[in-house]
Amino acid sequence: MKESKKTIRNLLLVVAGMFAFSFLLVPIYDVFCEITGLNGKVTGPSELSEIDIQTENQREILIQFVTHNNEYMPWTFKSKKTQLLIKTGVQQEVFFVFENTTDQDMVGQVIPSVSPGRGAEFFHKTECFCFERQTLLAGEKTELPVIFIVDPALPLEIGSLSLGYTLFDITNQVSKQQKVASL
Amino acid sequence: MSTVVETHNDQGHHGPPKGITRWLFTTNHKDIGTLYLWFSFLMLFIGGAMAMVVRAELFEPGLQIVQPEFFNQMNTNHGLIMVFGVIMPAFVGLANWMIPMQIGAPDMALPRLNNLSFWLLPMAFTVLISTLFMDAGGPNFGWTFYAPLSTTYAPETVTYFIFSVHIMGASSILGSINIITTILNMRAPGMTLMKMPLFVWSWLITAYLLIAVMPVLAGAVTMMLMDIHFGTSFFDAAGGGDPVLFQHVFWFFGHPEVYIMILPAFGIISHIIETFSRKPIFGYSSMVYALTSIAILSFVVWAHHMFTVGMPLAGELFFMYSTMLIAVPTGVKVFNWVATMFKGSITFETPMLFAIAFVALFTIGGFSGLMLAIVPADFQYHDTYFVVAHFHYVLVPGSLFGIMAGVYYWIPKWTGIMYDEILGKLHFWLSFISVNLTFFPMHFVGLAGMPRRYPDYALQFADFNAMATVGAFIFGFTQLLLLFIVIKAIRAGKKASSEVWEGTQDLGLEWTLKSPPPYHTFAVQPEVK
Repeated sequence: MKESKKTIRNLLLVVAGMFAFSFLLVPIYDVFCEITGLNGKVTGPSELSEIDIQTENQREILIQFVTHNNEYMPWTFKSKKTQLLIKTGVQQEVFFVFENTTDQDMVGQVIPSVSPGRGAEFFHKTECFCFERQTLLAGEKTELPVIFIVDPALPLEIGSLSLGYTLFDITNQVSKQQKVASL
Repeated sequence: MSTVVETHNDQGHHGPPKGITRWLFTTNHKDIGTLYLWFSFLMLFIGGAMAMVVRAELFEPGLQIVQPEFFNQMNTNHGLIMVFGVIMPAFVGLANWMIPMQIGAPDMALPRLNNLSFWLLPMAFTVLISTLFMDAGGPNFGWTFYAPLSTTYAPETVTYFIFSVHIMGASSILGSINIITTILNMRAPGMTLMKMPLFVWSWLITAYLLIAVMPVLAGAVTMMLMDIHFGTSFFDAAGGGDPVLFQHVFWFFGHPEVYIMILPAFGIISHIIETFSRKPIFGYSSMVYALTSIAILSFVVWAHHMFTVGMPLAGELFFMYSTMLIAVPTGVKVFNWVATMFKGSITFETPMLFAIAFVALFTIGGFSGLMLAIVPADFQYHDTYFVVAHFHYVLVPGSLFGIMAGVYYWIPKWTGIMYDEILGKLHFWLSFISVNLTFFPMHFVGLAGMPRRYPDYALQFADFNAMATVGAFIFGFTQLLLLFIVIKAIRAGKKASSEVWEGTQDLGLEWTLKSPPPYHTFAVQPEVK
């Protein structure tokens, strides 16, 4: 009976451990995607500035901007330029236009993605509207920038990078979170 | 009033209490095994009826019988019920009946927990099936419940679904803890691990897989619950999550799950083949090592279910080769079964027929699995009926035939009455022919590009779909014959001897007991040499 108790305790530990592990898979997945550039994931603001980046081997590459609205998101969301020929290692600034065309205050969130995914780790943003959520009052219009530098170490076979930005309506989620937080 | 005579026998051989409370409060492993088996039999008919709705709709192109929304609910619930309500409980039922008797233990290690594990299941499935009668309808997102289909776009009843998956998971985890504790601590003196019957070995490994992955499934549905109700964003891109993450978490559970559904069948088949070939199993220790390596490999192959979601080339190659590696231990097992039959003096009683069909048809399912493991080919096969054909070949003539073979093999032991051999053979041949008629044509329509999970299809797939539907209805109604055979083997018929089959006395401790075995067995543990 004593042996059984020990077995049961160990097995319960395995169960608890595996339940915890399932949640650990979430950060593991994020780190894995970041390392491999999977899904073209670009995370938070880069600390790099022009000075940190080697200016040798500079070359020209084409940056293209694609904007989407997810599902029923009614805002107008456009890039002021659709594409830009830039030099690697030089800081660039591009403006995007947001307009809440509805008669209600809404919260939006932009999710970025870089394609091809392998280029993501060479694409450094020092400032981006996608780092935070945007609250626009009914009918409000605004212009927000992305400031970025492309690392000259970008592999030679990548001649152009596409930046995809998808705008999500998170008004409901925000109110849900506030409800949970106020509990 | 005063004529009640109490005859109490304290020798440990008293029978079960009478009436419904026997089943509600029982802590006896044989009773609980029986409950599990009847429960899964009932679920087989419910899940089967849903499959009949699906096949009836697919009998010809166009929409005839049901609406697409209802078709999706039938598809989803058919999968959920067959996986969690039929195959898994049936194996647990066989484990409850046979493991204590095969290792010479008086009962399971945790009898009351055993009662709880069983009674959680009817609760879980009542919750799940009740959603079909609600206005929003039942789960309709496929048994794999990928986010965001099961979160953002799910019917409101998804919360019931999540709750029922939690209960099923709890039931499986408790059952597995019980089984492992029993096997590790309650074997008869002298029965070392490498002397254990293969069915016990297969369940030891399966139970370890269950306690490792059922908590991950619980984690996945908990994340869904939080996304739906608490504003988190595990699987929602808008909040920084990723729907592809759901597939990784799900298949990290899901792939070991498919071995959970086949390993106990490997154990059953090994016993049946050695019995009816009248030879001890060929390569016992390689069988054990094969089981173990399949279980370990099952944790590193999950992404082969999602080659098309976008993965680095290195990832696709890793998962392709690790998946193909599983064919090696599986091949060892098939080789050993064939080698056991080689030059054996074989007779073809019903359990043996099911076992031989298992070896042949499971191997077909294994081969189509290898085809699916090839990355470039998988891009063509992904989400087609070829996949449906593949997993039905391993689950129906694989797992389900394994269970049926086990029931035929052991039912004379359980009830003390021989089943009707002529009806058994009829049941086998009808099942064998109809299962192939149902699932073999699905390979062809799948290779030709028919996608799964749609209520309608292009005209050129009509003939093979009509064949599959005819086969499915024959298979479905044939199982009523099994019900009749089982009831007959409980009620009356030729008495079975304690060894039941020729020469089993040397094969396992369960055959040294009377048929039917007394309510309490092995109160004194036998010595194994």
